[in-house]
Amino acid sequence: MAKKPSKKSEPKTDKDELLSYYREMLLIRRFEEKAGQLYGMGQIAGFCHLYIGQEAVVTGCRAAMKDGDQMITGYRDHAHMLACGMESRGIMAELTGRSGGLSRGKGGSMHMFSTEKHFYGGHGIVGAQVPLGAGLGFANKYLGNGSVSLAFFGDGASNQGQVYETFNMAKLWDLPVVFIIENNQYAMGTSVERSSAETELYKRGSSFEIEGIQVDGMNVLEVRDAAAKAIKHARDGKGPMILEMKTYRYRGHSMSDPAKYRSRDEVTKTRSERDPIDAVRHQLLDKGWADEADLKALDKEIKEIVKDAADFSLESPEPDPSELWTDVLLPVEG
Amino acid sequence: MAIDIQMPALSPTMEEGTLSKWLVKVGDTVASGDILAEIETDKATMEVESIDEGVVGKILIEAGTDGVKVGAVILQLLEDGESADVLSAPVGGDMIVEDDKGDDKPGTAGAVHPENAGANRDMSGGMPQAVAVANDPDIPTNIKMVETTVRDALRDAMAEEMRRDETVFVMGEEVAEYQGAYKVTRELLQEFGSRRVVDTPITEYGFAGIGCGAAMGGLKPIVEFMTWNFGMQAIDHIINSAAKTLYMSGGQMRCPIVFRGPNGAASRVGAQHSHDYASWYANVPGLKVVAPYDAADAKGLLKAAIRDPNPVVFLEHELMYGETFDVPDMDDFIIPIGKAKVRREGTDITLVSHSRMVGRCLEAADILAEQGISAEVIDLRTIRPLDTDTVIKSVKKTNRIVCAEEGWGQSGIGAEVAARVVAEAFDYLDAPPERVFQADVPLPYAANLEALSLPGTKDVVEAAKRACYK
Repeated sequence: MAKKPSKKSEPKTDKDELLSYYREMLLIRRFEEKAGQLYGMGQIAGFCHLYIGQEAVVTGCRAAMKDGDQMITGYRDHAHMLACGMESRGIMAELTGRSGGLSRGKGGSMHMFSTEKHFYGGHGIVGAQVPLGAGLGFANKYLGNGSVSLAFFGDGASNQGQVYETFNMAKLWDLPVVFIIENNQYAMGTSVERSSAETELYKRGSSFEIEGIQVDGMNVLEVRDAAAKAIKHARDGKGPMILEMKTYRYRGHSMSDPAKYRSRDEVTKTRSERDPIDAVRHQLLDKGWADEADLKALDKEIKEIVKDAADFSLESPEPDPSELWTDVLLPVEG
Repeated sequence: MAIDIQMPALSPTMEEGTLSKWLVKVGDTVASGDILAEIETDKATMEVESIDEGVVGKILIEAGTDGVKVGAVILQLLEDGESADVLSAPVGGDMIVEDDKGDDKPGTAGAVHPENAGANRDMSGGMPQAVAVANDPDIPTNIKMVETTVRDALRDAMAEEMRRDETVFVMGEEVAEYQGAYKVTRELLQEFGSRRVVDTPITEYGFAGIGCGAAMGGLKPIVEFMTWNFGMQAIDHIINSAAKTLYMSGGQMRCPIVFRGPNGAASRVGAQHSHDYASWYANVPGLKVVAPYDAADAKGLLKAAIRDPNPVVFLEHELMYGETFDVPDMDDFIIPIGKAKVRREGTDITLVSHSRMVGRCLEAADILAEQGISAEVIDLRTIRPLDTDTVIKSVKKTNRIVCAEEGWGQSGIGAEVAARVVAEAFDYLDAPPERVFQADVPLPYAANLEALSLPGTKDVVEAAKRACYK
């Protein structure tokens, strides 16, 4: 069932497409860098899990999704929201706990949602988003709306019991869901090798007859093509697939990471040799689809967006004290 | 000596059943393991196997007989060389429960679940019929009443809501083809099909999460736990995914879902299958928690729970499923969540409880009345939000209160009610609030120890008398 990627021809793309992926990934990176900075200034509190290094995964997956397809993920969720087109201002203001935040300051870094953009969170309990994502698939199938749900989780979550309960039911009922394991190689500080008896995570669906594919998660085009295949498979009524995205996070697990579990060399090496944004940048330049001046202008535009989001997140007032009591229960109609 | 084959019990709570079919006839030779007959209760059907060898000498209960008591001799086997002369005379009618004995309801734990002396007096029977109280605002006058079991009332509630709303579906272990582990989902599969009545594997954590996701995706799931004991596997999703999401999303993301199933002590099933979770879920903002006593409330409140846009924890009671009560014959009978019900009016003391314990309080009120104490019985019906107003109003009249529950006392529902009464009606109290609850031990299996650990009518009576200084 599960298979490693075979060497195949280079994925197809064009100028506009590649530029848009570049822009998306750059926005995520700059946004996360700014969030890290605001955290350091004490403007963001509590948990803050940055996505730097993993940008190709969510960008490639989003490129393969259609309108109405849903996304759900764990606590490292800022990038998924940006990819879904949610406002950078609202995300940053949620990180700073202000009334202009997407959850009006009541959710925080790990808990944002958008029914309009089909983003279903933002979940802080490791692995919980997997059955929730399958439940979205269940609803899609029940309603016959043709949509597919993408459930993102990490290598750490892939050891959770509820993940396997979900694999079983998702295949049993052929739910339109795609399971995307973002294998950044460390669950907090524990490497896959130190936590997992089977380290090839794309094989984790084998005993449920779920096909798995290992994907270079640092290559946005390969991610996109693998996601397209899995989404089509699910949309065609054939049930779930597992995509193991081999990726890497440059920053710590959260902001209070001792960075003792891996070497600085390892991080630097990955960053210099496998960076997903640099790769696309070189491709754009090599193909003549952009020159240094174009990319510099794009960089400036992104920086403006992020600066605007940061400014907004600091200017937006804290929630009104009356907000303490709202949104606990919905009123009963009728 | 001929071998007497007796009516077996399908479950610890069974007292009688229907002998639906004989698979042997007089003169047949029977070996150990042969199927002799099929019997059924309102919960299940089972084959009766022979554990003896011999020749069928006499069949004492005809096929199709209802109300055959557990232990009644249904067949006699002749051993090698015996003649039919050894057989006894046919058994009289005392083996069969008369249908028209209103106080002799099937399906209670009485026989195998002896309570204290106060409760023992109705061991062969069930809960007292809740006399329709005049002040029930939820039931219009001049409405015809239909006798319905709690089990069927719950089933009817689900069926009615599924007919009304295409997005309502039920999922859980054995809800479809098996017809429900306790037959609460009986015949739903036949009416609504496997798309809407979904059997799951035994994976509560997983299917509770899938249910929550389906609710966020636009459906209205009813997730059945075979018992709430197994729901503990899923408590993470009930609390973290269902209860907190609306708040964490700033009001954007709804999770309209009902988690339901039997809660609390059943009968002789031991500590891991007897846990009462009322106070656990009552602790959580973002949830509604409902624990009905009779069939009308079970139906009206479950319909309200299914329509509620919030997650609802619906706590049923296994020992109440077979109990029969009047249910109003109305097209759309809904009871609003969050309102307690005064089940009996009184002037001297207030007895507050929920679920099965309401029956014990009604019994206690009868006994107290004989001793000149007029007790008001309040059925909370909903644990969260808690209808404090009804309790406070009553206490201001009676000046005394007993809070009774089947679960443990520490941080229990009674503790909460008592705290609120002390805070809001301190000056009206003529005695400290009394509490009745389960002994502070994991529920034991042995019949006598189980009886000692569970609160009963006698405990309520004694607590009431203490509060009345009598």
